Order: sequence, then C-alpha cells, then structure tokens
Amino acid sequence: MKMLVCVKQVPDTTEIKIDPVKNTLIREGVPSILNPFDSYALEAAARIKDKDPSSTITVICMGPEQAKAVLKESLAIAADKAYLISGREFGGSDTLCTSYILSEAIKEIEKTEGKFDIILCGKQAIDGDTAQVGPEIAEHLGYPQVTYGLEAFVEDGMVKVKKEVEDGAEIIGIQTPCVLTFTKPSFDPRFPTIRRKMAANKANIPVLAFTDLPDIDPEKIGLKHSPTHVKKTFVPQKKTGGIKIQEETAEESAKKLFTLLSEAHVI
Amino acid sequence: MVNKTKDFWVFVETNEDGTAKNVGIELLTPGRELADAQGGRLAAVVIGCNTDAAVSEANRHGADQIIVVDSEEYRKYTTDAYTIALVSLVEKYGPLSMMIGATNNGRDLGPRVACRLQTGLTADCTALAIDEATGKVAWTRPAFGGNLMATILCPEHYPQIGTVRPGVFKKGEETEEKAEIIREEIHVSADQIRTQVLEILKDMDDEKVDLENAEIIVSGGRGVGGPEGFEPVRALAKVLGATVGSSRAAVDAGWISHAHQVGQTGKTVAPKLYIACGISGAIQHQAGMSGSDCIVAINKDPDAPIFDIADYGIVGNLFEVLPILTEEIRKARA
Ligand SMILES: Cc1cc2nc3c(=O)[nH]c(=O)nc-3n(C[C@H](O)[C@H](O)[C@H](O)COP(=O)(O)OP(=O)(O)OC[C@H]3O[C@@H](n4cnc5c(N)ncnc54)[C@H](O)[C@@H]3O)c2cc1C
Ligand SMILES: Cc1cc2nc3c(=O)[nH]c(=O)nc-3n(C[C@H](O)[C@H](O)[C@H](O)COP(=O)(O)OP(=O)(O)OC[C@H]3O[C@@H](n4cnc5c(N)ncnc54)[C@H](O)[C@@H]3O)c2cc1C
Repeated sequence: MKMLVCVKQVPDTTEIKIDPVKNTLIREGVPSILNPFDSYALEAAARIKDKDPSSTITVICMGPEQAKAVLKESLAIAADKAYLISGREFGGSDTLCTSYILSEAIKEIEKTEGKFDIILCGKQAIDGDTAQVGPEIAEHLGYPQVTYGLEAFVEDGMVKVKKEVEDGAEIIGIQTPCVLTFTKPSFDPRFPTIRRKMAANKANIPVLAFTDLPDIDPEKIGLKHSPTHVKKTFVPQKKTGGIKIQEETAEESAKKLFTLLSEAHVI
Repeated sequence: MVNKTKDFWVFVETNEDGTAKNVGIELLTPGRELADAQGGRLAAVVIGCNTDAAVSEANRHGADQIIVVDSEEYRKYTTDAYTIALVSLVEKYGPLSMMIGATNNGRDLGPRVACRLQTGLTADCTALAIDEATGKVAWTRPAFGGNLMATILCPEHYPQIGTVRPGVFKKGEETEEKAEIIREEIHVSADQIRTQVLEILKDMDDEKVDLENAEIIVSGGRGVGGPEGFEPVRALAKVLGATVGSSRAAVDAGWISHAHQVGQTGKTVAPKLYIACGISGAIQHQAGMSGSDCIVAINKDPDAPIFDIADYGIVGNLFEVLPILTEEIRKARA
C-alpha cells in the first residue's frame, strides 16, 4: 500500500491561557505539537506497514518553515518521506481552500512518488477544530471516504476500516484510492526509536511552494478566495451563580441536592 | 452557485426506522427565526427510507415546505448517496442558507456537500444570528478546544452552510401541519456507493451508548478509581433512565470504553441534566458538555474547575453521595 498522511502543526490547546484584561488567547510561549489526531492517523498507517513492509508512508504538512518539526517527528515515528507545503499565497485559507491546496500538492507529489492508495487524516485539528479538511480533500480528489476511523487494515485485497459509531463500531470496506480520517483508538500511538529520531533529524525535507504547483488555480486559495471569513473571536463567558453544597455530612449534601433538583424540576 | 430563493433549509437526518434525529427538529426552531429574517421560507429536507414519521414531525414543528427523498438506498447513511441527493436538491432549488445537525453523519456529509458546491461551511455552531451589517448568517462556533469562540460569515458564496451542534436548540411547540410537501425521486446506483458495511461490532459492554440524544447523562472520571467505581455511577443512571458518560482519563485507564467519552476527543453532548462524578472539568471535557442545561458536579476538591460551570456542586466523596442520591430518587419515583 502507498499511503500519505496529512499532519498539521498545532498549538497545544491544553496550554493556552486567557489574557484576563484583553480577554484574548495568549498564544506566546504555547508549545507547538503534532496534532494528536494526526498521530492516530500515522499510527493507523504504521500498523498497515507492520503487516506489509513493502508499504510506504509519505507525510505532508502545510505550514511555515517551523512546521518541519512535526514532519521530522512523523519521520521519527513511522514515515518514510516528508514534504512541507509552504507559501504566503496559502495563508489565511479556510477549509475549502486548505483542502484544495493539499489535494493539489498530493497530485503534484504523486508525479514523483506514484499514486497513493490511501490518504489518511486526523478527524480534526485541535486548533481549528472543524473536522472538514479530510472530507474536503476526498471531494477535491473525487475519492470515497470513511470518517471517525479507529483502525484500518488490508484484507483480501480490500481496505477495511473500523469506524466508531454511536453504539459501538462498524467494519467498513472501501474502494481505493480513498481518504480515511481517524479519531482516538483504544491503543496509544508508538514512540519513535532513537535510531529513527537521529535519521529524521538529518532528513532532507523538500518544500513545495506556490510556484511548485503549476496546476493550482490561484483564484481558489488564500484568505481572499476563502468563502468563510472569521468576523470576530471572543473568549466564552464563564457561567456564574452556581450553588455549592457542602453540608456537615455527605448524606445531608446528597439530600439537599435532591431537594434542589426536584424543586428546579430537573429530575 | 447562485441562490434562487431566500429560503432557509434544515437538513433533517433520519434513523434507519425512518424517524427524525432530534437535532433536525431542534434546528427548525432557530430556522424559523432565520428564515423570517432572511425573508424566505423555512424548508425541511428529509432524506431516508419510509420517512413518514420524520416528515410529519417536521410538519408539526413549523416547516413551510418539506422536500422528501425517500427510497431504500437512503435507509442507512452513506456519504456517497446522501451527498448526491443533497447536492442535486440544492442545485435544483437554490436555497440561501442551510443547516445540518453536527452528528457524526452530519459532519461527514457537510464538508462533502459544501466542497462539491464550492461554498463555505462553518463547523459545529452553537449560536446563530443574522449579521446586521451584511444580512448574512452569523455562525458562532467554539474553536481551540472550547477556549475561543469565533463568529463566521460566508459573504459571497451560496448556500451559506453550517453544521450545528445537537442539543443547543430546543424543539419548538407543536403547531398545525401546514407544509407544502414535495417528493423528489433521486436514485443512486449501487456502484456509485463506494463503501460497504461488512460487520457491525457492538460496544464492549453491549449497551447502546447514545450520548448525543440522551436527556440525562451521569458521567464518571478518574475519581471513580477503577472499573468497579462505575457501579454507583451506573446505579444512579439507572434510576434516572440516564446514559453513562465518562472523562477521557477513565477511558484511557481502560475502565470504560471510548464510546462513553465526553469531550473534545469524544462526544459533544447537551442533555437537560449532566452529572459529573469525580471529574475535574478540564477544558477538553468542558468542550463536550458545557452546553448542558443543568450541570451537577460531585467532587471532593472544592477548587476543581468543574465547579466553575456547575449549576449545583457537591463538595464531597462520590462513593458516599451517589448511593444516597440514588436512593432518594428511587424512593421519590416508587
Ligand atoms: C477560530 C477559527 C475558526 C475557524 N472556523 C472555520 C470554519 O468554521 N470553517 C472553515 O472552513 N474554516 C474555519 N477556519 C479556518 C480553518 O481553521 C483553517 O482552514 C485550517 O487551515 C484548517 O482547518 P482545521 O484546523 O479546522 O482542520 P481540520 O479540518 O479539523 O483538520 C482535519 C485534518 O486535516 C488535515 N489537515 C488540516 N490542516 C492541515 C495542514 N495545514 N497541513 C496538513 N494537514 C492538514 C489533518 O490531517 C487534520 O487532522 C477557522 C479558523 C479559526 C482561527
Ligand atoms: C488533545 C486533548 C484532547 C482531550 N480530549 C478529552 C476529552 O474528549 N474528554 C475528556 O474528558 N478529556 C480530554 N482530554 C483530557 C483532559 O485534559 C483531562 O486530562 C481529563 O478530562 C481528566 O479527566 P478526569 O477529570 O476524570 O481526571 P482528573 O483530572 O484526574 O480528575 C479527577 C477528579 O476526581 C476527583 N475525585 C477523586 N476521588 C474522588 C472521590 N472519591 N469523590 C469525588 N471526587 C473525587 C478529584 O478531586 C479530581 O478533581 C484531552 C486532552 C488533550 C490534550
């Protein structure tokens, strides 16, 4: 299987603090990480490769030069090859434009690497949180998709995905080439080995700029051509006025809660 | 695409038995206001199989028009069939705006449809309005794991589309049925559907975990201490007819399956009542449950962040509090 994994560099949203005066996010000093969902996608690809070592894993990331860090991390974990897609022209793209750029980059990379059978994405990036880029890449390429994947495997020549659904999971068979997006599975993704880490640090990561994508339509990229615009952002208000119950004993507290809930008609 | 009407569409997702998923009916409530503000009609779009129940429910909740695509290939959701059907309806009728419930299927379908139509899509909205300056829909949504809210416009592309989180809006009062019902025959051949369900695996504890439609959720976190610690949580859920949820810490520890997880990497829920037991209330957990109508927290740490968003909080040991609370409710309901 020839696989391509889309990875994004994101701020660690658990480390984000709010500026209490300006009421905005403080992004300075927040560490940048490999989007956790993308590490699940990478793990899914690595598991396919474990079973069939002739498989290859290529990773791509659109972002600034510093985003090479997540590509190196992906190389250290499991990937064979990495490309950075970078350019001012791409800045400010919403999901429709981002997915278009990524799909054009994929087509360009296929000219040297050959056609990919499976394109793997995270379910969502923990900063933008839209979960739209994966399905939109699939649509730009005209491929079928399975979202909310937990695991993928190849059996009897068919790609099968374990998909999370409301009451458990389903095994879905899908035609290739295809796009799969991944959510958190029950297992942890593997760690890089020291040897792979050292090799990844030395790896040469080609950069695809706007001019390296001759087929891309400049009218379909960037802030200017994005259909959605962020009009404003604000920090959500905290709810106040909650009632705290702390009686002498747990029994009294529980009974008081029961009374309050009954009076408020919530139970 | 150019819009042909000022209509506001609500996609009403159906279950396999042809009934409507709650969120589709819920969205008719804000849909009414937005359609009126846009100066167009409110249309419900029902796709499924044997959908009479869904059509009638949409009719009783204020739709002016219901567009129905009903046939066997839509019984179970597939990305390919639903995208073909919804896109051809949009192309034929040209609505100004459209909402899709942000269920797993809705978030699978929305980007596919928006991309085929080359228009914008706002994800997982929790508030809706009409922007005064432009008259466009102002879609408001959480990002950065719930740390930031963003208001988004789609000023020049049609339709303006958003997925909207279940449970944020309430179903309206039932009214007289008045909708014009339009039936469309759109058929998708088997070879146009490129995925196929091969096997259905039930959840490990063999219970249906439908958190998104639950009216009451009782969740346990790391504070329950182990798999057996979920017993008092389950007991309370049982007397309340509630669904059991959990934090990620409890899932990661292997005490309960991921299907129960609430939060950024789990389910987003908005029940009438959410009872968090032994959950600290990390921002990623809050991202999945802060839209609940009433939040109750039981935690022994008085400074736990969950108390910041709780309507009622007990500072105490869950193993002491839960059995008494369960017993009180049992007595009251007996
Ligand atoms: C506050 C805020 C709100 C926004 N809301 C919207 C909105 O509602 N609609 C909209 O269209 N745009 C929105 N955007 C813009 C959007 O965040 C960007 O287009 C972003 O580049 C991609 O979206 P995402 O981060 O949500 O990715 P997701 O769609 O959540 O990402 C899914 C997967 O796609 C892949 N992927 C995503 N980005 C990259 C990348 N740069 N390189 C490689 N792989 C990638 C990864 O595998 C990732 O796991 C918003 C931006 C901000 C700042
Ligand atoms: C990218 C990312 C995504 C994430 N997604 C999610 C997600 O989807 N959902 C989620 O929940 N988390 C998520 N997390 C993890 C989140 O940051 C927290 O680590 C997690 O929610 C903590 O779970 P908890 O509250 O059960 O555990 P803890 O934070 O350890 O809290 C346990 C609480 O139990 C209390 N307690 C202990 N014993 C008792 C007792 N006997 N009686 C009463 N109280 C007791 C303690 O005082 C404490 O407050 C995510 C993290 C990241 C980085």
